[in-house]
Amino acid sequence: MSMFKIFDVSGSAASAQTQRLNVVATNVANADTVAGPDGKSFKAHHVVFQTVPMGEPTSQGVQVVNVVESSQEGRKVHQPQHPQADAEGYVTYSNVDPIGEMVDMISASRSYQNNIEVMNTAKSLLLKTLQMGQS
Amino acid sequence: MQNRLTQALDFQSQALVLRAERQRLIASNIANADTPGYQAREMDFAKALRQATQGAGEGALAVTHPAHQTGQLGATDADGLLYARFSQDSLDRNTVDMDRERASFTDNTVKYEATLRFINGSVRSMLDAMKSANQG
Repeated sequence: MSMFKIFDVSGSAASAQTQRLNVVATNVANADTVAGPDGKSFKAHHVVFQTVPMGEPTSQGVQVVNVVESSQEGRKVHQPQHPQADAEGYVTYSNVDPIGEMVDMISASRSYQNNIEVMNTAKSLLLKTLQMGQS
Repeated sequence: MQNRLTQALDFQSQALVLRAERQRLIASNIANADTPGYQAREMDFAKALRQATQGAGEGALAVTHPAHQTGQLGATDADGLLYARFSQDSLDRNTVDMDRERASFTDNTVKYEATLRFINGSVRSMLDAMKSANQG
């Protein structure tokens, strides 16, 4: 049935945006994490979206195909008194860019809202279609 | 006689099916607003409705050879959908213009509801015509 596919399409997009928001939350939470004894600090993650066909040519959903790790070096701060400082007195923090993450968060939130609104509209249209010829 | 009664309904039901299809298409565009490389697509509603209600559209160029052009404006894919012209280039080659999609979505919603009302209206007039004078 044609209009019901909207729930699949927008639902897949909402779920993909949720996963994106989840990854952003992980990145922001770990923005100030320092490297452990192994010298490896937290690396920011980013989701990769891909179009997924849903039966008909007019319905195309979204899925998260991959979560990639940023390869950028962690930020180094000179803090000789820090317990995790290396031999030269540098502490390696995570490579998270907090401003970029906030922008990503707003973008994910707006896209999520858009898709929910699409679903609400489709729902009200379907309910009106259900009452066809009754009034 | 029966045919003449349902003729208006046939047209409106075709329009309703196409409106639902366009709604789905715009929902797909909105869903893929953040997908890299996604090309937004649009539907030539007038042409689709003409084709659905009259068979092959009048004035359409006959295609008798695979190399023939269909005489349609804009690039289309195999499903006969148009690729929306993008207003601003984006770095990830995504051509969804959210403002335009939201406007089209609202426009399509209103027109879907209007078509529904037309159908309800013709059903009501038919039922009224069937009633006898003393039925109220």
